[in-house]
Amino acid sequence: MTRFIAPLFLVVFALVPLGLKDPYLLNALIITGILTICAMSLNLLLGFTGQLSLGHVAFFGIGAYVSALTALGFDVSLPFGLRITHEGGSPLLGFVLAVGLTGLCGYLIGRLSFRVRGAYFVIVTISFAEVVRLVALNWVELTQGPLALTAIPNMVLPVPGLGDVALRSKMQNYYLVLAVAAVSYLIIARLVASRFGRAMRGLKENESLALSLGINATRTLTVAATISAAMAGAAGSLYAHYIRIIDPDVFLFSYTVTMVIMVVSGGKGTLAGPLVGGILFGLLPVALRPVMAPEAQWIVYGAILIAILFLMPRGIVPALESLALRRRPATETKSAAKPAEAGANP
Amino acid sequence: MDQLLQHILNALVLGGTYALLGIGLTLIFGIMNVVNFTHGALYTFGGYAMYLAAVALGLNFFVALPVALVAGLLLGAFIEFTLLRPLRRSDIDTTMLVMIGAGIIMQSGTLWIFGGVAKAVPTPFPAQPLVIGPVSLSYVNLFVLAAAIALIAITYFTINGTRLGRAMRATFQDHDTAALMGVNVSLIYTATFAIGSALAAAAGALLGPVYVVTPQMGELAAVKAFAIVILGGLGSISGATIGGFILAFAEELGAGYISSGYRDAMGFLIIIAVLLVKPTGLFARAERIG
Repeated sequence: MTRFIAPLFLVVFALVPLGLKDPYLLNALIITGILTICAMSLNLLLGFTGQLSLGHVAFFGIGAYVSALTALGFDVSLPFGLRITHEGGSPLLGFVLAVGLTGLCGYLIGRLSFRVRGAYFVIVTISFAEVVRLVALNWVELTQGPLALTAIPNMVLPVPGLGDVALRSKMQNYYLVLAVAAVSYLIIARLVASRFGRAMRGLKENESLALSLGINATRTLTVAATISAAMAGAAGSLYAHYIRIIDPDVFLFSYTVTMVIMVVSGGKGTLAGPLVGGILFGLLPVALRPVMAPEAQWIVYGAILIAILFLMPRGIVPALESLALRRRPATETKSAAKPAEAGANP
Repeated sequence: MDQLLQHILNALVLGGTYALLGIGLTLIFGIMNVVNFTHGALYTFGGYAMYLAAVALGLNFFVALPVALVAGLLLGAFIEFTLLRPLRRSDIDTTMLVMIGAGIIMQSGTLWIFGGVAKAVPTPFPAQPLVIGPVSLSYVNLFVLAAAIALIAITYFTINGTRLGRAMRATFQDHDTAALMGVNVSLIYTATFAIGSALAAAAGALLGPVYVVTPQMGELAAVKAFAIVILGGLGSISGATIGGFILAFAEELGAGYISSGYRDAMGFLIIIAVLLVKPTGLFARAERIG
């Protein structure tokens, strides 16, 4: 049943702007889409390999800064008299570089931090994100520090017949985000269904057993971290060229917490989970905004996170799946046994 | 040279409160296997409890301090009883996420109640610093160092010299066997979390009057506590004590001689470096605490 969630969402969200003219809501949907891409990429690590990475916002922020700086240009002097000057280029090149460089960062961080597990891994990932934030804050020559990078150009896409088109309207950005989200989803879905996906889940279920079967733990986890980071970097690039101003606050821990809430509430380790959680928590601020202050909203998020962990520790999507299974007549239980097995990951 | 002496003195003062923060966190991790993400919020709570007791209730500074400490103790016991006790059988990731949720509620709640403006806590100490030769030290800092050392000593005594401490050490080694020997493990867990929380609150109550009290003060404090605990090895109390002083020295000297902008990065860099070189921490003793 839940495998229809993604195509259903794609169709619904492709049609939404046709009926929706409110720019505030469209903006909320774009931000929701960007955060949902982050949540999907985090799910690859948190859900499918079982590694709780709490530094995911670092890749989002690096992607945003790389893409913005590629488009804006920069001029920095390095130690030993080195000097790097970049004139500024196309936002599309920025997007490509953002994906590539965050993937590289993900690879390097993965190589280093997968030497440790559990609480140690969590703390290394948080520290990494905070170090990156402090660099963004203090390397004023490159990042403008707290003054923020401003006037970042909109994304420019080459369209056959029309030449280069700058995506200035919200509607254009909306469809760009939707397209990137759909591609990310497909990549993750293919990956999880592959031999590599089975290796990831094997490591999550029982690392020693997986190792004894010849699975290379560090390599598998590092590849997952690389892909996950590159996707978060893509989301960061979309964010930078849509919002057009970024400051070191893009590295705040609260973004990571938002992504984690999206994944955990939707259902970690399921394909549809981050979509459901992402849309739920992306749009919750819209629903709460008229009734309460931002501080109070965060109290509600914290309470929801705790409530979900207590009441539905596996998340909304697995809870729906088991509900659907229970409703089927007894004669069908044989065919239902397979999805139940697949969904039984604790 | 004089400048170096001053940095060393500052680091000693800072190290005392860092050690308090680290010991609270390492105790909870060692005995309960819970990574306490409310630690920073409890530190903030201590600062605001001190502010409320000293300013709103008008209590004497030296009375307000124990009041803040006991408030931290009670809040810790409450958190353990409501959130962690039902999750005793859950994995470490679940409790970590629940603690993150609780930390968000506490921090946003503080911001909501008190607003974002920093609050000052008055102290009875003279503003004029104590000048010894080339270095100077304010009286309030001297008091903070003395109070921190006293609290560390009390914690050591509680763990190594009392019945409660013996039960805590037994639970750390093997909670099933401890339970079989008649130790009330649930009670030990509550006591551990309460003591750890009280130490965090005490650190906040001590540093609140030195600086100012803000809803965000706990964020950096929490990360520093993590750095200290990793430096000393998760679960090691003497490791956390030494780790607290090492971090304080690294920050103070780093800010003085390298760049003040990266002062707060020292903690993170230490975490990353230690975990890459010696993941078990510099002073890890996995078999016992104390």
